[in-house]
Amino acid sequence: MEKFITKENLNRLAAELAATCRVLAPVADCGTVTFRRFQPGMVMDLHSRMAAVSPKAATFPQTETLLVVKREIPEKKPEIIETLPEGKNVVIGCRPCGARGKLIFDPVYETDKIKDPYYLQRRKNTVFISLACDRPETTCFCHSVGSGPADPSGSDVLLTLVGEGYVARSVTPEGEEIMKMALFADAGDKGKEADAKNAKAREMMGEAHDYASAPAKLLARFDDMDFWLAQSAKCISCGACTYMCPTCYCFNITDDDLGLSSQRIRTWDNCMSHTFTLEGSGHNPRSTKAHRLKNRVGHKFSYYPDLHKGVIACCGCGRCIKQCPAGVDIRQIVNAAQEYAE
Amino acid sequence: MNANPYLPDMATIVEVIQETHNIKTFRIVLNNEQRMKDFTFRPGQVGQLSVFGVGESTFVINSSPTRKDYLQFSVMRVGEVTTRLHQLQPGDQIGVRAPLGNSFPLEDLKGKNIVFVGGGIGMAPLRTLFTYMLDNRKDYKDITLLYGARSPADLTYKAELPEWTSRKDVNTVLTIDNPSEGWEHKVGLIPNVLLEINPKPKNTVAITCGPPIMIKFTLQALKKLGFEDQNIITTLEKRMKCGVGICGRCNIGTKYVCIDGPVFTYAQLKELPSEL
Repeated sequence: MEKFITKENLNRLAAELAATCRVLAPVADCGTVTFRRFQPGMVMDLHSRMAAVSPKAATFPQTETLLVVKREIPEKKPEIIETLPEGKNVVIGCRPCGARGKLIFDPVYETDKIKDPYYLQRRKNTVFISLACDRPETTCFCHSVGSGPADPSGSDVLLTLVGEGYVARSVTPEGEEIMKMALFADAGDKGKEADAKNAKAREMMGEAHDYASAPAKLLARFDDMDFWLAQSAKCISCGACTYMCPTCYCFNITDDDLGLSSQRIRTWDNCMSHTFTLEGSGHNPRSTKAHRLKNRVGHKFSYYPDLHKGVIACCGCGRCIKQCPAGVDIRQIVNAAQEYAE
Repeated sequence: MNANPYLPDMATIVEVIQETHNIKTFRIVLNNEQRMKDFTFRPGQVGQLSVFGVGESTFVINSSPTRKDYLQFSVMRVGEVTTRLHQLQPGDQIGVRAPLGNSFPLEDLKGKNIVFVGGGIGMAPLRTLFTYMLDNRKDYKDITLLYGARSPADLTYKAELPEWTSRKDVNTVLTIDNPSEGWEHKVGLIPNVLLEINPKPKNTVAITCGPPIMIKFTLQALKKLGFEDQNIITTLEKRMKCGVGICGRCNIGTKYVCIDGPVFTYAQLKELPSEL
């Protein structure tokens, strides 16, 4: 389905959806752009720049309660209550890369043997209305990881800016359902203009880098700690890369004691932290930041592709590069491994 | 396991055994009688024990599936969860998520000679398989158990040692690191005693677990004795959270200790990147 929606009507769409759903949209906030829960009257910032954080919280919140355990002290019989997520979510105005992050989660959170009910419930109940990018930033490399500035995969509706509105294309039945709303008008022949804009955005990205040799080349450098020491020298182990990343899916599980009850909580975790793999004995298999950066890069560009049909666990959004306070660039690390002369 | 892999079963502690100054063994039963009756696992599989309000940690199920009155876990007191576990008493409630992970290759071990080499708390995962083999004794040829600890006081399963050492159908050798008054067994480091026992590698599988330094020298000793890599089996421990291959901390390259392990042959370990 192809339709057209004006900028004004997109704002109205967000407000209408917010009546029944939790709507996340990019808004300017304290000098940055970030996803906030949309309330009528709010102004979306869709075009100044890509949101600093990714929209992954829609399907994988930074903190969520998995279980509540009620304890009645006299009887000593605790009762466990599952707290599965309820309600529908809509993300409006994320970029295709952000919407694609969850595609990396999918084969991990649902296998033949294991189904993560919390993730799957949110995944099923979240609609992504993405906005195709009209120009790349210097940190963008989605075209090198099998995607592009107007990639519809991962989105339910893809918008392309044309004049004073957007050409909207449905990607999934859920997206089509939303596009049946009266706020969407006939697209006329604006589709061609959208195609031209998308093609131009892709052209502006230039030639794609070929990561095909990355899985084997990174593994070949596994024991070369000099290489990893050099690559990680700038890293300060802050973990900003992991929190900003749309595809980072690692988590921690902790308990929060509330007296007569407790909560079991899942939170985003950070593989760049020393404590991530620290064992009770004091032994740590990833004892230095060089080991940890090796695992982070290796996971995305080697281990994950080896396990999942060659798919690189990176959507090329460049947030880890842009937000790194020390200027670590994951592209340079993978390139260095690929170009390493044996 | 429940359909929700994070949902524990409630269980009651039925017995607590003080093994050493910092190791306790817990025997537990699931509160849901039907689930306890239906509970199946294979030797080597692990479980996550919860103290609600404190957290969850991973331990091997060290009872044998042939003895189903209770599930047994041995816990060394090292961190928050294990400290709180050590404060619990019979009747107290805990959560259990089990079984998790792979297991010892029972079918491949049939008809083989077996050499167990356990050090310290590393005896726990061997105990489940050892007990299983005692209960199915005719399926295996010669069974040797070499079990060592720093001192007599550091040996776990003391209540069972008299039976293990007196049985005629197994060769049980105990050792401690330094001489101790009244000690009637071997004195010496496990790898050295292993060389002394000199098990023959032909049709024999060695199964070992213990602290990393002991494993390292035990592997060297086994190689010296002529054991093939695929006939050496060990079981790993890593920090785990989810236990189901998602949360991302127990992986060694592409392998997740919680689902692809914890049991690996030395041949399999050599294939993995070196991140133990």
